[in-house]
Amino acid sequence: MARAVGSNVRRKDGDAKVTGAAKYIDDLTFPGMIYGATIRSTIPRGTIAARHISLPDGFVVADHQDIPGPNYVALIDPDQPCLAVDQIRHVAEPILLIGHADKHALIDVHKRVRIEERAATPNYDPEKSDICFKKIAIDKGQIDLGFRISDLVIDGEYRTGHQEQLYIETNGVIAVPGDGQMTVYGSLQCPYYVHKALVVLLKLPPDRVRVVQTETGGGFGGKEEYPSILACHAAILARKANRPVKMIYDRVEDLLATTKRHPSIVRHRTGLTRDGRITAMDIDVIMDGGAYATLSAVVLSRGVIHAAGPYRCDHVRIRGRAMMTHTPPNGAFRGFGAPQTQFAIEAHMDRIADQLGIDPVRLREINALRPGDTTATGQKLGKDASALPVLRDAVKRSKFAQKRKKWKGTNRGIGLSLFFHGSGFTGGGEVKLASKASLALTANGAKILVASTEIGQGTRTMHAQIVADALGVPFDSIDVNEADTAFVPDSGPTVASRTCMIVGKLLERCALDMKKRLGKMTPAQYFKKHGSFTVTSQYEPPPGLLWDDHTYAGDAYGSYAWGCNVVELEVDPVTFEVTPLNVTAVAEIGKAIHPMMAIGQIEGGTAQGIGYALIEEVVMKDGRMANATLTNYIIPTPQDAAPMDIGIMESPYQHGPFGAKGVGEMPIDGPAPAVINALRNCGFDIRSIPATPERVMKAPRI
Amino acid sequence: MKLTVNGKLRNVKAHPMKRLLDVLREDCGLTGTKEGCGEGECGACTVLIDGVAVDSCIVPVAHAEGCRVITIEGATATKTGKALQNAFVVHGGAQCGICTPGMILAATPLEIGASLDEIKVALAGNLCRCTGYPAIFRSVESALKTPRRKSSRAGHL
Amino acid sequence: MSLVRPRSLNAALSLIASDPTLMPIAGCTDVYVGLHFGTMAQKRFIDLWRLKELHGISVEKDVVRIGALSTYTEIIESTIVQKRVPMLVAASREVGGAQIQNRGTLGGNVANASPAGDTLPVLAAANARIVLRSKNGTRTVAFDSYYTGYRKSVRQPDELITAIEIPRLDGTQWWRKVGTRRAQAISKIMIGAVRGRDVRIAFGSVAPTVVLARKTAAVLSAGGSVADAQAALRTEIAPIDDVRSTSEYRARVAANLLAQFWKETA
Repeated sequence: MARAVGSNVRRKDGDAKVTGAAKYIDDLTFPGMIYGATIRSTIPRGTIAARHISLPDGFVVADHQDIPGPNYVALIDPDQPCLAVDQIRHVAEPILLIGHADKHALIDVHKRVRIEERAATPNYDPEKSDICFKKIAIDKGQIDLGFRISDLVIDGEYRTGHQEQLYIETNGVIAVPGDGQMTVYGSLQCPYYVHKALVVLLKLPPDRVRVVQTETGGGFGGKEEYPSILACHAAILARKANRPVKMIYDRVEDLLATTKRHPSIVRHRTGLTRDGRITAMDIDVIMDGGAYATLSAVVLSRGVIHAAGPYRCDHVRIRGRAMMTHTPPNGAFRGFGAPQTQFAIEAHMDRIADQLGIDPVRLREINALRPGDTTATGQKLGKDASALPVLRDAVKRSKFAQKRKKWKGTNRGIGLSLFFHGSGFTGGGEVKLASKASLALTANGAKILVASTEIGQGTRTMHAQIVADALGVPFDSIDVNEADTAFVPDSGPTVASRTCMIVGKLLERCALDMKKRLGKMTPAQYFKKHGSFTVTSQYEPPPGLLWDDHTYAGDAYGSYAWGCNVVELEVDPVTFEVTPLNVTAVAEIGKAIHPMMAIGQIEGGTAQGIGYALIEEVVMKDGRMANATLTNYIIPTPQDAAPMDIGIMESPYQHGPFGAKGVGEMPIDGPAPAVINALRNCGFDIRSIPATPERVMKAPRI
Repeated sequence: MKLTVNGKLRNVKAHPMKRLLDVLREDCGLTGTKEGCGEGECGACTVLIDGVAVDSCIVPVAHAEGCRVITIEGATATKTGKALQNAFVVHGGAQCGICTPGMILAATPLEIGASLDEIKVALAGNLCRCTGYPAIFRSVESALKTPRRKSSRAGHL
Repeated sequence: MSLVRPRSLNAALSLIASDPTLMPIAGCTDVYVGLHFGTMAQKRFIDLWRLKELHGISVEKDVVRIGALSTYTEIIESTIVQKRVPMLVAASREVGGAQIQNRGTLGGNVANASPAGDTLPVLAAANARIVLRSKNGTRTVAFDSYYTGYRKSVRQPDELITAIEIPRLDGTQWWRKVGTRRAQAISKIMIGAVRGRDVRIAFGSVAPTVVLARKTAAVLSAGGSVADAQAALRTEIAPIDDVRSTSEYRARVAANLLAQFWKETA
């Protein structure tokens, strides 16, 4: 029988999507449904002195007093109110919810509601903030010794800005109330995150709250935690109105009010020997968390763990802090802290190469982590560690050395970046999640029951491939249940590049268990004779994985994927516009379960990374996004698409399904520093992104 | 107001200034056409009016009166629609799928044998956040059976 | 909100004569954005989209006449415009994407009067004429005199733009738009220019209206250096900082574009 894993089987959801049959949240209606809108703060900091609401009949209004449980959105820290009471901590903070049966009646509703706001002085500078969401310290060896044995020390400061996830489908939910129960349908990544938030806010028993993911038009992390807020809002309004409530953000509201990538300031002080060996790395990481904690602690965590890059060094000190500012809270976005810190280390490496007079490839070859080396947290890497193979392959494919020589002194440049990305939750995170996956026997095969969501990356298909092969049945005989908390167990969130490596592995075990139980019978035979049964598997950490949350040391992740990018670009001397001519992206991912979909993740993440490097900028004025339209927050169009050359390498991870590691996030870690290094190569000293033409024009020349 | 949608004559009771997008989704029940931005920037709402691609979020239904409108639900009626749909599934042009209806319709006016440059011109008004575009180009090229062009070399191992 | 839908140009002119507050709409690519964002104060519209008299591209006695309702696609595909005003074809190709080009009109671009209107530097450099018509008659206004200030023109509320005329252009035409990206982009700065016996150079997005850089062109016509022309240009444009770009960038790139134009048309 043809194996599904490793082949480009037909996507399970493809036909529905290309015919317009797939149902996204705004495509759904419920009997008696009304629409909801949010009234938000207009100042970045202050208090609410009074609320003046003059609305005719037909409108429903809800505020914090309509919340049965505690007024916060349960995630990590209980600091973010569902609806503001009297404090304003950012522009667009939600205050009131208004509902009406006619959505057009809501268009100008904010004009009929007057919130009296008293302004206080906001702070937008994370370095001046006195509220710290999280501090992390990583120490390896003795940093002072590391500097003593160095021949020279090189400093650098690197900055990254906000980035908007820009899923083409905005955030939206429908809350359907019932007697002592609530169901929320929505565009979301993590049904059980939403479930938890609703259970807390509504003070309902868990089995009286149901969350159903609808077909989701992109997430990229932007629908990891944010939908919990929106779901809570719709649920409160639905309770008040006793009607289903649909709340779909238009693009402007989505841009203004929802989470963005954390801006960062990263400072490096690096000790090296004259021949290019790193002896000491002292790194300081500051993340701007915005007004509430949300996921800042975890973004910081991943950021600091990846801050030393894929390099070996005996003496490392990393200090990170996530700080509060009076801007809309930042949150999850593909890469989750690693794009920021790996931007810094990779830009820093090329400056080091320049100062030492060493070729940037050679510098990385000298210092790259090899199997058996330990990371900054002291994790010993297995033989699947592939920093050197990906580096060598990318350099060869792109003809890096020849082009570097050929383009010297021209307006073309070529630059590279080497990076890695841990798959799954950090440290003890997966143990805490205790994810479950279930598999149910059906009349002709099996049905997958997981909370993992399809958000474009191919979850349904990839999970079905794994189950089909493990069970020994055709791919087409595997069905995938909707991600509906009424039917699927908590498999953890669809984030952290864990959907294949962690949840896929659980499903593989389910399938193997099911196969054992079927014995010599086919699913059809067994089903006919005995009916259905369900197998459930729960996460067990791989043996020997040790992590200490207090010292922040040990095995941070079960496995790492490895990547190398080479960017070739051209700078227009008239306009300073930067055109990427070609991007080479080599990724070692353990096993490409579906090669075409894996390439899709690499190409898509690379394109987002190029946007991050060159044109995506959130312009903040007085704590508010000033370019909150698709006209002014720009991502590449097809005419801007950078040509890409993708290479996949496979160095199996023994605990991943069929050897697979994670692939979804890593591709976005590399492009930005490769772009900056290519710009450095054609003479521009730039240390922050986005490197817009305006900034390229003003960059110091080297 | 009478307009032909996917080959079927519809008599729509709507304000002449109502967005064609809303008429299609609400009055005609055809939810395949999507709203991504409301300002004619993303192309997710692309439909064909008399064979020409437009952003339905910025077209008053009055301008579609008496015209032949094709949405994604009627794409198989175009010369290349069916091939495009299949190609987007097979070649990775569709990931999350939200841009896909608009993207396919924007590609339908292209001729068999269209070059990569012509494809980029036809799709320039359609944003995708998932694919980075190479798989979309490969899908369209495959559907239009152009000679294999180097829009992206995908390698393994 | 209301929409009146006249069946002929005369009917339209009568309607706006009796009610000059009616706002004409054509391709709607700007109007509907304003309506969507709630920045459109107007609520009463008159639909010009189907008025046949406003369509059509022709040439008579070496003057190209482009009907106000000619879409960018029609302009791009017109062999007349391709031959005689290639810089207008170039500008039209860079408006939005195919969907916008299929609906946006030249008349609409002129009437919308944005400082970043993509065709306006071309029309200024081409010494175009705007044909205005009211119930009472027709008049033609030189493009150079058409705008009187930020989004203000000499068009009276009871007049419609019916056509844009472009005389025979002597010399090489040159066009460049610097947008935020390669398609679907609002321009940061644009240049339309003709180098013949006369030199005409116009810039967009550097002032409240399109700028015909007369002094700059005069320096070059008289055989002056590019550096001197760039100095003159600095006095003729007034670029600003906004969410898309900076005044410094616009000023510097304007000078660079001028030099590039002069070099490439030598």
